[in-house]
Amino acid sequence: MSDLINSSLRQLAAALVAKKISAVELATLFLDRIEKFNPALNAFITTDREKTLAQARTAGERLKAGAGVTALSGIPLAHKDIFCTRGWRTSCGSKILENFVSPYDAHVVEKLAAAGMVTLGKLNMDEFAMGSSNETSYFGPVKNPWDVSCVPGGSSGGSAAAVAARLTPAATGTDTGGSIRQPAALCGLTGLKPTYGVVSRYGMIAFASSLDQAGPMAKSAEDCALLLNAIAGFDARDSTSLERAPEDYSRDLEKPLAGLKIGLPKEFFGEGMDADVCAAVEAALAEYRKLGATTVEIGLPNSGLSVPAYYVIAPAEASSNLSRFDGVRYGYRAPEYADLAEMYSRSRAQGFGAEVKRRILIGTYVLSHGYYDAYYLQAQKIRRLIAADFVAAFKECDVIMGPTSPSVAFAFGAKSADPVQMYLSDIYTISTNLAGLPGISLPCGFGSNNMPVGLQIIGNWFGEAKMLNVAHQYQKATDWHTQMPEKMK
Amino acid sequence: MSLNLEDVARIALLSRIELSAAERETTRDQLNGILGFIEQLQAIDTTGIEPMAHAVDVVQRLRPDVVTETDRRADFQVLAPETEDGLYLVPKVLE
Repeated sequence: MSDLINSSLRQLAAALVAKKISAVELATLFLDRIEKFNPALNAFITTDREKTLAQARTAGERLKAGAGVTALSGIPLAHKDIFCTRGWRTSCGSKILENFVSPYDAHVVEKLAAAGMVTLGKLNMDEFAMGSSNETSYFGPVKNPWDVSCVPGGSSGGSAAAVAARLTPAATGTDTGGSIRQPAALCGLTGLKPTYGVVSRYGMIAFASSLDQAGPMAKSAEDCALLLNAIAGFDARDSTSLERAPEDYSRDLEKPLAGLKIGLPKEFFGEGMDADVCAAVEAALAEYRKLGATTVEIGLPNSGLSVPAYYVIAPAEASSNLSRFDGVRYGYRAPEYADLAEMYSRSRAQGFGAEVKRRILIGTYVLSHGYYDAYYLQAQKIRRLIAADFVAAFKECDVIMGPTSPSVAFAFGAKSADPVQMYLSDIYTISTNLAGLPGISLPCGFGSNNMPVGLQIIGNWFGEAKMLNVAHQYQKATDWHTQMPEKMK
Repeated sequence: MSLNLEDVARIALLSRIELSAAERETTRDQLNGILGFIEQLQAIDTTGIEPMAHAVDVVQRLRPDVVTETDRRADFQVLAPETEDGLYLVPKVLE
């Protein structure tokens, strides 16, 4: 069975089409692994064997009839619990939505189901995607499968841990400031955040709407390309969904890299990056030179401002988005209150966790009368400076590379006492969200305590196919992405 | 500038989040820590820079004014803490 849990999506599809295994058998294999390993990892919040097997039977019938079979038919996957999934509890990692059973499907869920994929369950995450370690989840932290005393990263930590432990072949994630790429790096997998607007946000519980973007998390760039093919595309239900011609994101995977120009931002290679991460990233760059690429130093002079700008803009948008949780139409309502105002403030005080409340409060403050210009407007102006840096940089290179995260996975509690320290773990990922650029993290070695290190590739706007090509060629030449934690075998 | 306990109480009221007296103190310290961190933005000269609200320039689409949703009120109201006769119930607002 180890061949199946380590198989690529293409290999799984081929095995299903050739009837070497049925969709039900494949789903059962992963459900059994979830049952065995999830108690130690806490990657899943919700599973439902009956629902999963019913979907697998339907997929199996389609495969049998040979009608409407796609590249993903019958392959299982799991969704971050931020995606509304009809008939499944959708908690967003929060007490306030603990009992929320979604009455509709998110666009991403709908598209993957239409492609014939089978849902294994809903994955744990930082509450409302606010966190970089998964320690803010109401359902308890997710453990890193490489070392259960370490965090998996966040906010898509359940997605990352589940793929790393081979509890699912692939997962969905969302990335507002690094929430796909940072956990992918810390758990040793491949995770892609598309250009803003490529994937519809419909049914994805909103955190910071101008930054939120959904993307795939899987074992390889090739798998991510196939998943992106299924979830990308215009959707009228998201007002920022882009009307663009459909693309095959796997079209350039096999292109050789000779002549590729890789930009290395000097700001990403200075102080702040741990030595073990630096060594692995440098080794990856050496491999790229062997593949025919050249590297050029570039400058992103305003990137140092991206974390503070983000911590004005994201909380501001969050404070507005999360005002919908009022204990009236859905979600938690406090048991005791004297009047309507107290019902609101108690329901929210009891329903939200500490980090979510902090961000709502900061967001409310920076938007409040007298402070709006100084904080919010100023942050938006700096956002433009950060984006302009990338426009200039892409005149000199095809892709940008650097570390995904300044360190390998850290121990539980190491950064949770100081919010600002935690925020800085997204120092290399946040600027791409502010600019709306696509980014991917892929495994490029192991650092201290044998924990995975991620290489980040940042593409130009709508440069997903190029970015995937660059990642795939590296994965053909190396085997970091094929490694899995010994204890999960 | 740094926030005092009164500021924290005002922000909590605007946010509709109840904070106990003890929580107000820790919240004040944590918010001041975060504000101290974002303070560095003030030093940047942004004269003449257009604020960037969104990563991509898109205009609000219009759609034909026709009904596209089906009535699923019952499905939605199942999720509410308290309903009666198809209405959402809240504490009395007007005497």
